[in-house]
Amino acid sequence: MRESKLWFLHVITAVVILFLLGSHMGIMHMGRILQVFGIGSTEPTNVEEVFARSKQVLFMAVYIVLLGTALFHGLYGLRSIIYELSFPKALEKTVGRVLCVAGIALFIYGSYVAVQLTKGA
Amino acid sequence: MQQKRKNNLGIIGWVCGGRYGADRYAYALHRLTGLGILCYFLMHIFVTGRRLGADGPDKWTQAMEFFQNTVICGLPVFVIGEFLVFLAFIFHAINGIRLIFVELGLLVGKPGLPAYPYSYSTLRQRPVLVGALCVVALLVGVAGADFVHHLWFVE
Repeated sequence: MRESKLWFLHVITAVVILFLLGSHMGIMHMGRILQVFGIGSTEPTNVEEVFARSKQVLFMAVYIVLLGTALFHGLYGLRSIIYELSFPKALEKTVGRVLCVAGIALFIYGSYVAVQLTKGA
Repeated sequence: MQQKRKNNLGIIGWVCGGRYGADRYAYALHRLTGLGILCYFLMHIFVTGRRLGADGPDKWTQAMEFFQNTVICGLPVFVIGEFLVFLAFIFHAINGIRLIFVELGLLVGKPGLPAYPYSYSTLRQRPVLVGALCVVALLVGVAGADFVHHLWFVE
């Protein structure tokens, strides 16, 4: 894929992450503030609440989309930083391929976990 | 084909390659926060994976108790670390919005003739950076006050 297309995807995924991770962070870290407005929870990491959220298909879909976009955005950002350090071309290619394979493997593992938790495994 | 120039300074060049302005330090901090969030995210995937299986709830409870009760030098290091990730996310997100606007040529004015006194791109982008940092400071202030209040006065 051309570098300009990858960069465009990097920007698009940033916007998606902004909304999804922003909501996630708001629920997980600003629960006490959100409760002032009548929403949110004061104990979002409580085991019952965590497993109740995991069983909802909507949360599963959001987690998988967030997983994919965040992995692409993060690993492409890491690749950009490594590429700027003027390593030999062959090493750059190897790093790019390793990050690509790692990203795909993590996406498959994370999606599997999200689906299994929704099924109640 | 454009010649690729060697990056002699490497990572050191993020912070001390010359007379840098605030924009350059925002760039360095954007990368540092990005790397920090990525490290946390990769660990988060594996911690979430511990929920699988019949003993998933027990493993999750154990993991959460470990993170909340581990104290080093009188400080709950994992709770503070998680909050630092939250602060990193706030900066990375707000500065990222600024970068997207600048990338699209928004909020930086229209190009004009080079007439004295000269207006250069960094100067036109500076108010956007100041605005972004004000939003970051506001969000960090609200979340920080809540965090400090809960950590020292409630628990």
